[in-house]
Amino acid sequence: MKILVCITHVPDTTSKISFTDGNTKFDKTGVQYIIGPYDDYALARAVELKEQHGGSITVLNVGEAETEPTIRKALAIGADEAIRVNAFPSDAFFVAKQIASVAKEGAYDLILMGRESIDFNGGQVHSMVGELMGLPSVSPVMVLDIEGSTAKIQREIEGGKEFMELDMPFIAGCQEPIAEWKIPNMRGIMSARSKPLQVVDPTDDGVQADVEVFELPPAKEAVKLVDPENLDELVNLLKNEAKVL
Amino acid sequence: MSTDTLTQNGQAAKRSFTDDFESPDFYQLDDLLTDEHKLIRSSIRDFVKKEITPYIEDWAENNQFPADIVSKFGEIGAFGPTVPVDYGGGGLDYTSYGLIMQEIERGDSGMRSTASVQGSLVMYPIYAYGSEEQRKKYLPKLASGEMLGCFGLTEPNHGSNPGGMETHIKDMGDHFLLNGAKMWISNAPKADIAVVWAKNQDGRIKGLIIERGMEGFTTPETHGKWSLRASCTGELVFSDVKVPKENVLPNKDGLGAPLGCLDKARYGIAWGVVGAAMDCYESARKYALEREQFGKPIASFQLVQKKLAEMLTEITKAQLVNWRLGKLMDEGKATSAQISLAKRNNVEIALNIAREARQIHGGMGITGEYPMMRHMMNLESVVTYEGTHDIHLLILGHKITGIPAFG
Ligand SMILES: Cc1cc2nc3c(=O)[nH]c(=O)nc-3n(C[C@H](O)[C@H](O)[C@H](O)COP(=O)(O)OP(=O)(O)OC[C@H]3O[C@@H](n4cnc5c(N)ncnc54)[C@H](O)[C@@H]3O)c2cc1C
Repeated sequence: MKILVCITHVPDTTSKISFTDGNTKFDKTGVQYIIGPYDDYALARAVELKEQHGGSITVLNVGEAETEPTIRKALAIGADEAIRVNAFPSDAFFVAKQIASVAKEGAYDLILMGRESIDFNGGQVHSMVGELMGLPSVSPVMVLDIEGSTAKIQREIEGGKEFMELDMPFIAGCQEPIAEWKIPNMRGIMSARSKPLQVVDPTDDGVQADVEVFELPPAKEAVKLVDPENLDELVNLLKNEAKVL
Repeated sequence: MSTDTLTQNGQAAKRSFTDDFESPDFYQLDDLLTDEHKLIRSSIRDFVKKEITPYIEDWAENNQFPADIVSKFGEIGAFGPTVPVDYGGGGLDYTSYGLIMQEIERGDSGMRSTASVQGSLVMYPIYAYGSEEQRKKYLPKLASGEMLGCFGLTEPNHGSNPGGMETHIKDMGDHFLLNGAKMWISNAPKADIAVVWAKNQDGRIKGLIIERGMEGFTTPETHGKWSLRASCTGELVFSDVKVPKENVLPNKDGLGAPLGCLDKARYGIAWGVVGAAMDCYESARKYALEREQFGKPIASFQLVQKKLAEMLTEITKAQLVNWRLGKLMDEGKATSAQISLAKRNNVEIALNIAREARQIHGGMGITGEYPMMRHMMNLESVVTYEGTHDIHLLILGHKITGIPAFG
């Protein structure tokens, strides 16, 4: 079984977020980068599926050279080889086009990725790749088992769970509890040194989205305590400040 | 600068192995590390957060060695990281080894002791002084954690002066007969094998591999420790143990052989204790900012700031010593005296930091809610084993003056 796992290179979840250049650029100073947590689940499940069924795992990242330590970590966790599309992942459609173009070359049985990245949280790439490749895409996948050429999937839907069977190949956006994150061990880190990491050029620069300005969400306000005797003030606050009445 | 964080990204984000252990890196030593070093550090840190930190206070309180940590250490690659890959080791450099020890000891010195003994005191002598058959027989199993080893040098009557040891072997033609006793031996009660140092009939110190199950060999546990409570310690008692001749380490003898192992282990301790010191410092820094007295955070008082400033200064100096020593180790240039300086200095600063950090926590500091008391008690062993603080002063004094003042 050939598995492609697409990973993002995103700021660590505890990073302080700020912007430069008149709020048009993300300020990377002091920011630690990690494999997107949802992508990390996809990778962990891919490693388990490879253990069960054999095959190979290719990890793919659309990003500039600075993402290579993140890619090496994925190799240390258990991917066999890596491809980096040498381009800034400017928007979901651009990234989806790059993934589709690499994926078409590789005849993969499974294309896994996180249900969303945790920088922009778009959650669009899996379905776009599906459309571009004419393949089904499912998200968010919480259970993924393979029997022969069929996958048994459990997916989270509004108010419940959906169980489905699907023939490979397809694209899945993954989330917990599909697998537990894997911590690379020292042998994995050592062997990742010599695993192939191929750098390819992007197909075109059809970047379609442009950032005008970044804004932080308004700071959370402190909790207001209202005296239990003072119901009028409570009603007033709910009506005029919270505007929920 | 904004104070917003990316933590509102749902469950995955909250559960991610993010770096909530903060490491002071005041002199930007991270710039001197490779991406691989940083990946090694973060992987061991994640491992410690998952497998050690949530349970360590209970293990220490219950005086319980978590036996399943041995195979987990094997799986992550904490045993013998510098031993070549062909023998099951990690094939990594000494900076990597140091970072691994630092992160494990950030969790607990007892856990780090288990890993140091296995790597530096059991695997290293078998690798460096053992025959090819011995290497093949033992190293892969020790690396994977299938086997646990211990190192027997100290005796009831010979601690700082191991050269005076009484444990001895007698040549019986087709085997040696081993008699004597070792004391204060980490991992002993659970060990499958012991690397034991004993004198032959000529008074020359030899290394032997003793296996559990050999007749006349027992490993009674040492009880009542207030330090390294999550690590098990015991005696090795040999009463007419028949040791096959192929169990003798053939390639080095004399006191230099065990001391060569101690160099490796002391190097690991020098890094490890900085992990414990950083854990205490970070806890104190956070507590000082949160705890209010006299209407303001205690961090705003000059005497508290003095403590924090001195802690960060000492941690930074120790980090620099470790980084340079790691390079010297990789180049094969580190001397025993250089390693001794780092071990002594770093343990001392870690102990002082644990004490000062505990004081910053006031009464809360004596509970298991915070790690300082455990680190502090652990470090009392670390300042004693592998050469006491004073013995290390004598080692450096000897180096400076050329005059040995030991005996
Ligand atoms: C928890 C724990 C685990 C250990 N694990 C191991 C292990 O795995 N393997 C092993 O072989 N050993 C182990 N040890 C033993 C340890 O290495 C010894 O305790 C240490 O070497 C000191 O020996 P001692 O306890 O006999 O003290 P002593 O040698 O009796 O020293 C007592 C005091 O006298 C001082 N002193 C001694 N000689 C001099 C001198 N010439 N000049 C000035 N001061 C002097 C010392 O500094 C110390 O303060 C362990 C110890 C502990 C506590």
